[in-house]
Amino acid sequence: MNKNLGYFTNGLIKENPTLRLVLGTCPTLAVTTAAINGIGMGISATIVLVCSNLAISLLRNIIPDKVRIPAFITIIAGFVSVVQMLVKAFLPSIDKALGIYLPLIVVNCIILARAEMFASKNPVLPSVLDGLGMGIGFTAVLTLMGAIRELFGAGTLFSLPVTSEFISPMIIFLLPPGGFFVFGMLVAASNAIAKRSGKKPVEHLGCASCPSRGICESANITEKEEAAENE
Amino acid sequence: MNSSTTIASILLAAILTNNMVLSKFLGICPFLGVSKKTDTAFSMGIAVTLVMVVATAVTWPIYHFILAPSYTYLETIVFILVIAAIVQLIETVLKKYIKPLYNALGIYLPLITTNCAVLGITMLNITDSLNFVQSLFNALGAGLGFLLAMLLFSGVRERLETADIPEFLKGLPITLVAAALVSLSFLGFAGIGG
Repeated sequence: MNKNLGYFTNGLIKENPTLRLVLGTCPTLAVTTAAINGIGMGISATIVLVCSNLAISLLRNIIPDKVRIPAFITIIAGFVSVVQMLVKAFLPSIDKALGIYLPLIVVNCIILARAEMFASKNPVLPSVLDGLGMGIGFTAVLTLMGAIRELFGAGTLFSLPVTSEFISPMIIFLLPPGGFFVFGMLVAASNAIAKRSGKKPVEHLGCASCPSRGICESANITEKEEAAENE
Repeated sequence: MNSSTTIASILLAAILTNNMVLSKFLGICPFLGVSKKTDTAFSMGIAVTLVMVVATAVTWPIYHFILAPSYTYLETIVFILVIAAIVQLIETVLKKYIKPLYNALGIYLPLITTNCAVLGITMLNITDSLNFVQSLFNALGAGLGFLLAMLLFSGVRERLETADIPEFLKGLPITLVAAALVSLSFLGFAGIGG
């Protein structure tokens, strides 16, 4: 039982997908202009993550190794379409706010990475718990970042006025540069906390769990070789 | 407005005002991951531009002649599979017929399948209800915009290598802050092309 709990809590803090694994940067930066959008994106991704982890874990012995990535993508795309239609039908305002980032959950690397790293190697229950934990961790960071940007950029929190009456809002926080900046600061803060508890700070993007990391690495190796030759 | 100015404005808007990476946050992974050196950034940018244009040329007719009007909910799943197939195809064709180009771009192609910028641009062309020619130019502009952002940022990162960075910002945080500043400079283009 405790082991199962471990699978769940893993994604919350220790291996938080956004701040520790640094996956899914695109939606993190794009939709967090308001706290409510963060929650909407987070919950949609969590549903897809849990369902795809479940399906992939069930199929893990059937899918041939060579075609696993296309198979995973197809499964994920199926669930994304379902979530997309549900959101469109029941939460049209969230659908409007998330725009194309909702269907783009398909290429969200958190989902593909968890399929590749966890669900394709583990039984059903741990995979579902892992998906749930990762999803909640993702939602929490997205909501926090959305809240920060909304508070500074519009002076509101969940659309309720907080500081907007006495401090004029800094719109830059809602614009793209604000997204990069706030995320940079969050990673810096998470690094500082990690360092204090004796863990290594995050220095790079979450390549360790990216399905195409082999390609990136080989690109970087050829780079290094070329550099060595040039010297 | 005649059609050539529309196309010019679509192209400019896609490169500068609606820059894929810096204002739409698509393709952040390669932007942060492959932009350490200028020539790598250049090859990746060219590969992305190529795939974007070809993917648009294929997905636009599929959407308008096969999926519309009754199967539009299949957009996501069909597009991602078509893009995966196109990337494979481009890789094979380049390998067989244009060897030097394959040597330069080959390793970046598989990375592009799961690149949200490519899927993103094909979907944006549909949601913005652009016609076929406009879509192609929008894709070309988005690709060139990606290339421009990659090149500019790789220059910034080469500078960062030797900079004296405060301890707490070392690594990923300073890269993100630098990206924020590059993105800030692109805000200056707001209004161009429209």
